[in-house]
Amino acid sequence: MQTVNTQTLIERASALLKDGTVSAVLGWKRGEFDYDMTPAVFTTEEELSAGFVYNDFCGANLSKYLLKKTREIQGKILVFLKPCDTYSFNQLLTEHRIHRENAYVIGVPCNGMADIHSIRKITGEGIARVELTDSGLLVHTLYDDAPVAVSYEDAMADRCKTCKSKKHVAYDELLGEEGDVLDSHRFDEVAKLEAMTPDERFAFWQGELSRCIRCNACRDVCPACTCEKCVFDNPDSGVENKAPGGDFEEKMFHIIRAFHVAGRCTDCGECSRVCPQDIPLHLLNRKFISDINKTYGEYQAGETADQRPPLVNFTQNDPEPSDVVKGGHDHA
Amino acid sequence: MQRIGVFVCWCGSNIAGTVDVHAVAEALKNESGVVFSTDYQYMCSQAGQDIIKNAIAEHKLTGIVVCSCSPRMHEATFRKTAAAAGLNPYMVEIANIREQCSWVHKDMLSGTEKAVILGRAAIAKVHLNAPLTPGQSPVAKRALVIGGGIAGIQTALDIADAGFPVDIVETKPTIGGKMAQLDKTFPTLDCAACILTPKMVDAAQNELIKIYSYSEVSQVSGYVGNFDVTIKRRARYVKEDLCTGCGLCTEKCPQKKVPNEFNLGMDNRRAIYIPFAQAVPKIATIDPDYCTMLKTGKCGICSKVCTAGAIDYTAKDEYITEKYGAIVVATGYNPISMEKFDEFAYSQSKDVITSLEFERLTNAAGPTAGKLLRPSDGEHPHKIVFVQCVGSRCDSCAEKGKEYCSKICCMYTAKHAMLTRDKYPDTEVYVFYIDVRTPGKAFDEFYRRAVEEYGVHYVKGMVGKVVPQGKKLMVQASDLIDGKQLHIDADLVVLAAAIEPDKSARPLATMLTASMDTNDFFTEAHPKLRPVESPTAGVFLSGACQGPKDIPETVSQASAAAAKVIGLLCKDHLTGNPCVASANEMLCSGCSQCANVCPYGAITYSEKEFRMPNRTTLMRRVASVNPAVCQGCGACTVACPSGAMDLNGFKNNQIMAEVDAICRN
Repeated sequence: MQTVNTQTLIERASALLKDGTVSAVLGWKRGEFDYDMTPAVFTTEEELSAGFVYNDFCGANLSKYLLKKTREIQGKILVFLKPCDTYSFNQLLTEHRIHRENAYVIGVPCNGMADIHSIRKITGEGIARVELTDSGLLVHTLYDDAPVAVSYEDAMADRCKTCKSKKHVAYDELLGEEGDVLDSHRFDEVAKLEAMTPDERFAFWQGELSRCIRCNACRDVCPACTCEKCVFDNPDSGVENKAPGGDFEEKMFHIIRAFHVAGRCTDCGECSRVCPQDIPLHLLNRKFISDINKTYGEYQAGETADQRPPLVNFTQNDPEPSDVVKGGHDHA
Repeated sequence: MQRIGVFVCWCGSNIAGTVDVHAVAEALKNESGVVFSTDYQYMCSQAGQDIIKNAIAEHKLTGIVVCSCSPRMHEATFRKTAAAAGLNPYMVEIANIREQCSWVHKDMLSGTEKAVILGRAAIAKVHLNAPLTPGQSPVAKRALVIGGGIAGIQTALDIADAGFPVDIVETKPTIGGKMAQLDKTFPTLDCAACILTPKMVDAAQNELIKIYSYSEVSQVSGYVGNFDVTIKRRARYVKEDLCTGCGLCTEKCPQKKVPNEFNLGMDNRRAIYIPFAQAVPKIATIDPDYCTMLKTGKCGICSKVCTAGAIDYTAKDEYITEKYGAIVVATGYNPISMEKFDEFAYSQSKDVITSLEFERLTNAAGPTAGKLLRPSDGEHPHKIVFVQCVGSRCDSCAEKGKEYCSKICCMYTAKHAMLTRDKYPDTEVYVFYIDVRTPGKAFDEFYRRAVEEYGVHYVKGMVGKVVPQGKKLMVQASDLIDGKQLHIDADLVVLAAAIEPDKSARPLATMLTASMDTNDFFTEAHPKLRPVESPTAGVFLSGACQGPKDIPETVSQASAAAAKVIGLLCKDHLTGNPCVASANEMLCSGCSQCANVCPYGAITYSEKEFRMPNRTTLMRRVASVNPAVCQGCGACTVACPSGAMDLNGFKNNQIMAEVDAICRN
């Protein structure tokens, strides 16, 4: 359950539109289903009151939309960012993809977002409607007469269960209380992967990635994937025809993508959220983050807007390649 | 479609021994685009090159692949061959089937298979090669020498002698380096100062040499022929143009308790000081760590006594930027710290000293005015033990010492022992050694004189422990030849400490992008054939910064480095490398990853206007590469996520084609 309600956000957005501080608002509106809150642009008070929503299904990270929208729309854009979204926002600033002066950031608190994948694991397929009540979610399915009650905790996305931060690292104003950076044990999942034998690990990823239908949703939603032209859309890159190569479908696509966002990924988890096949793609990226932390010291992409990511920085304290091999993990 | 010629070299038996060269030439004949393929005993020979030239003419070749040694050996040769036959030299690819193939394989079958694969990869690359034309860049006709010891001084003198201006940057207040601290020099025993100071004066008087003392290099950018170097001139609080070096201030300064680093802390100097009598430049320097005026604002005596009005307590560090065509590193060495070797009781007794401290004790300008006296009580020592290899040649104990031989210790210890016996015949002198290493002109004779004429006791074996006991130092050692333990009650113990590169070398190497070995010695471009050049173009090496060296060797290398610099500065233009990066602006997202990884600062960004659909335009940040600064390392092409950055001669699609060819069954 979110502590800040839709009405509070609409009122604040309307005021900023009215006094001319911003010319558009980037928020969420209801999509096809109850659980399907989709990013949307609002330019009038009327549009806001008719469609703007903020609830437990507003998992979408709006920061990436600024890239396109600031190019289309004159003036400042008001954007509502949850704590983890603000890291992506900073990372986009670091990479000069957006200009700070084009965005007005309102930090909204987040208690963890519900995820349809998590709910489906409890209720099964055929979800028709979801009601959000004070005590939890009521999920109506095509196959059950009575709605299934699911607690907010159980409905939460995996990424939110290991939330890394309730602190907004960038904002112009904040709604609600400021939170803290959390000790989330999010690398425990990486440790589990590392504990596997190479064969087990291969089998694990083969099982997961074989389900990939190459819809590109992970790439399209990823706030680190903002290239003017993605290598997978560029026949001259020589990479696009390699994507489906290997022992199982689309393996290379995901591995290449993980390398491309290495050191830039803020671990926002959007890739896993949008995956229609429920592949835990964020684990690939999180492994990279964990390796970077171990090799170059703790680093959180997007913590500030003027960081030098360790993979594109050279310091005298950098370990020598031989040390990395010695101190590294078993890659056998 | 390219018309490709393949030339497989035997390299005598170097390649042909483990690679079936005929089979390779035959196999590669079937590759697409290959119109000619042959093998020959020595492709790099005149006859071999003629085969290539004739084939280019006869078969109208548009590209060639030479399967031979590493491109570091003969790429330039074959490029010239191709150019002579009218082919663009960048249409030549080398498949290294020697170092990476024949030398590492033992059986013909696998060696041949791999050679074919490597040849195939090179052919795949040539298909995508395009003719390239190198640009030219001007040469700044000024050299920078970093370090003002004997190495730096000699290099600077030689460069200036050829008519080129040269600047010396020295961190200490005076040039002279370690040699200025030495007493006598082996094997001729002439006094170090007597042969060094004339060179220091020469450097100071030479109109083409500018000495930046008490200064350090703080930033380096640019490339061979065009380095931009920022030099930090530390505030010495004395105006260099006014100070006459009279030394009155150094006598009147009330702060008398400053450890004198020139005498290795064995006596004291004042807070305002001139390191030694023949210092160049002979200008006083205020030590801000000890000066009462600078620390508390109360004193000002030096300013009052200075008749030249040279004292300036408000001085600040200054930064100057100069352009240089070449940079010589001459940062020298230091003895290692003795703190990890406390079995020799260095920290427990003042009478356990290092060899450099011994030099100062016997130097007429040293703390004892040249009399060999014990630092603890000023008495004459009657029994001296010299310990060799302290921290050198450590194998198992690499944690605390160095694995290498410091090279100079055997000779200076022989010198110390001989001089002691010569001056004080009543003194008993022991030298403990692992091996005595004295290769060098007149070196072994020198050592034998110490043993045979001067009666120095050379004992093969190491000292295990030194224990101070009353006024004596109890030395416990083993004599390996007699197979017994020795116990010597010494008055003085002298440790031949290993030498290591100066601490400033590593950050400097980072600035220069020059490579170092694991011991922080600068690496030469080739250990045998290019010993005074760093692999970084335009950076040269002089003296002990490259490896332990004595004075004669240092001076030879200093002059050799100077010759290389002169050769470079004589050129008006340098032919650039056409294999440089460039950014495809349509793909570039302006993310700065490439600029972050560029070690040469070759990448800049600008906002550019792009035409978009529906007659709109968009301002977008895009990268551009300065081809004169780019060295073609390719770091940017790897960092670029969208593939907007590409490297001429090593295009992403060329490398991909090579990998594909290797993976092809």
